[in-house]
Amino acid sequence: MDALLLQILNGLDKGSAYALIALGLTLIFGTLGVVNFAHGALFMIGAFVAVTVQRVLSLSYETVDPSQKDFLGNPLKVKTPYVESWFGPETGGMIIDWSVPIAIVFAIPIMVSVGFIMERGLIKYFYKRPHADQILVTFGLAIVLQEVVKYFYGANPIQTPAPDALNGVANVGAAFGMDIVYPVWRIVYFFFSVTIIAAIFSFLRFTTFGMVVRAGMADRETVGLLGINIDRRFTIMFGVAAAVAGLAGVMYTPINPPNYHMGMDFLVLSFVVVVVGGMGSLPGAVLAGFLLGILESFASTTWATTTLPGINQIIIYLVAIVVLLTRPRGLMGLKGVMED
Amino acid sequence: MDKSNLSRRGVLKSGALTSAGLAVPTIFTAQSAAAFTNEPTGGSVTLGFNVPQTGPYADEGADELRAYQLAVEHINGSGDGGMMNTFSSKALQGNGILGKEVKYVTGDTQTKSDAARASAKSMIEKDGAVMITGGSSSGVAIAVQGLCQEAGVIFMAGLTHSNDTTGKDKKANGFRHFFNAYMSGAALAPVLKSLYGDDRRAYHLTADYTWGWTQEESIKAATEALGWETVNTVKTPLAATDFSSYIAPVLNSGADVLVLNHYGGNMVNSLTNAVQFGLREKQVNGKNFEIVVPLYSRLMAKGAGENVKGIHGSTNWHWSLQDEGSQAFVRSFGTKYGFPPSQAAHTVYCQTLLYADAVERAGSFNPCAVAGALEGFEFDGLGNGKTLYRADDHQCFKDVLVVRGKENPTSEFDLLEVVEVTPAAQVTYGVDHPMFAGGALGSCNPGA
Repeated sequence: MDALLLQILNGLDKGSAYALIALGLTLIFGTLGVVNFAHGALFMIGAFVAVTVQRVLSLSYETVDPSQKDFLGNPLKVKTPYVESWFGPETGGMIIDWSVPIAIVFAIPIMVSVGFIMERGLIKYFYKRPHADQILVTFGLAIVLQEVVKYFYGANPIQTPAPDALNGVANVGAAFGMDIVYPVWRIVYFFFSVTIIAAIFSFLRFTTFGMVVRAGMADRETVGLLGINIDRRFTIMFGVAAAVAGLAGVMYTPINPPNYHMGMDFLVLSFVVVVVGGMGSLPGAVLAGFLLGILESFASTTWATTTLPGINQIIIYLVAIVVLLTRPRGLMGLKGVMED
Repeated sequence: MDKSNLSRRGVLKSGALTSAGLAVPTIFTAQSAAAFTNEPTGGSVTLGFNVPQTGPYADEGADELRAYQLAVEHINGSGDGGMMNTFSSKALQGNGILGKEVKYVTGDTQTKSDAARASAKSMIEKDGAVMITGGSSSGVAIAVQGLCQEAGVIFMAGLTHSNDTTGKDKKANGFRHFFNAYMSGAALAPVLKSLYGDDRRAYHLTADYTWGWTQEESIKAATEALGWETVNTVKTPLAATDFSSYIAPVLNSGADVLVLNHYGGNMVNSLTNAVQFGLREKQVNGKNFEIVVPLYSRLMAKGAGENVKGIHGSTNWHWSLQDEGSQAFVRSFGTKYGFPPSQAAHTVYCQTLLYADAVERAGSFNPCAVAGALEGFEFDGLGNGKTLYRADDHQCFKDVLVVRGKENPTSEFDLLEVVEVTPAAQVTYGVDHPMFAGGALGSCNPGA
């Protein structure tokens, strides 16, 4: 029972990242009709915003300590972060320790700006082009972005740990007399994702802006004829989708040290999630994200890998095939979407 | 008017003799050029450095390239000479190889076998490389080694740890200085026994490709010989990034040791995930839960950060070694680049010197002559103590380091500490060892 609950928890936490990326992808597809293969790159850029904030907060000055030697036998240059000298070792250390949550504040405007630039600078020229063209240009953009990141940050993963206070494990089963320990930051990530998803749904559901966007998604021409600048609103939604992907990336950095390729690693899976959930369906993307996360988690159990070796590597694609054969529009897909 | 002595018969005779005379050197040259692939004819010789310049191992590739450039500099007589000064063989004089200036071309393997073969092929066919070296992955090394065998050039392998490179996939034209998975197991086992005892239950997570398989087989055999039980072995996709779903089952498996047969980004992520799940604080079967990373690299340790502290593994070489050769190399590399070299840099630097030295001793660039000079060659002064290039499988046998993630590092490079230097005799195995069975070295191919 403990093992079962542990895998469900694990699936929910895995599914959080899938759901957040798939939500952004679906938002862009639903509003602008663009299949954005650069969406994984936005997730990666978000993660590197966290890395950059950590590096900026850790900027240091050097003092020579003659009592210690470096690898060449010269007196060691000891680095002291500026924040520690300005605010004292304790407060300065705490600021560096909390660099990932602090990065959220910077990531929102940065990611919205990146989204605007991407949409206005490139993607808007491909609205009326076939989906194949959109895929090619956005995939190319993703490769360019990851190479730029690699040029500045290298190819190896970079540790970006969670604050010490959120770095341990919590016994989430203690209240029920069970022993289920789970990393605290992963629990934080799950609740963060749920909050973001709820915020996006509320924004679309309960604000006038959201209502107009939903109307535009259903019938762009009619909304335009009413004198509403729907293109501008859709551009803003592209920025919002970029921010969602970026925030997912920022918060993901303590789970796995970011590297330049992390966007691509998630991109294919997220597209499978979107297809399984149903192209253009926001609830479908979220539902499929969590469902596939849980399935993937169960497929990696000892029982599953010994009964069906390799099942852990193909389960998501197997499910996608079955869903597409039985429900070609996906779990919650809408009629008419991508069927022209 | 003088009468000419020219006759038709005389002209034909003279023409035939002249043609034969002119043809003689051409024939000799032609024979000579056809003796082996890319025989250097001018004042220089070209070596091909085939490393990952893009892709997940690009940082290792960059470090390898730095070391290659340093080796070329030293062979050509520039710089401080590095390990040429400590190398037991004194054949190299600092005037290139056989008096020819060393030049090089580089290729990008992208850590993909097909891309690596394509770049090696291009360096051999278009650039005239007489030797190919490099690689940061066993899959790539095995693929390029096969190509070099067919093309008739020497392959000096870089960072490749799979048993298969000098096991079932060994080739007469291929040579490996780096240690292998069997050696990791043989070096680690006694240390693990003394640290954790002989009553342990191990759970393996293994990267699903040639290196992972042979490492799992080697570590499993070595630990089971200690009396450890293997609870489970799970293959993980090379492309996996989040290992939490593989770590979670470990918690309830009854295992008290997790062996991570992962390298590169896989190792960084799986170790980070294992630490996140509190495995290091866990108690199972009345014992502290332990994690082992059989193949360590400083560049990877940097990626894993705090998580490597106290975790044991093995490595081919480490910059903190105090022998003369290591110190000379660290000084040379550190002065030029500002940071200490990685084990990848060390092994490729050694391979370049070893190749150059073998050519000097053989007196020829002919791959078969070079192979002959390397086979059974015993040397010292390159940072690993006394070393033998075994003739039977072209594997180097030398000391292996058991290392541990340092608890209190003094700098960003000071991440690992050497726990034990396992003597070469302890990691040496028979030519007919079952883990290396299934292939034949074959005969050397000079090509052309």
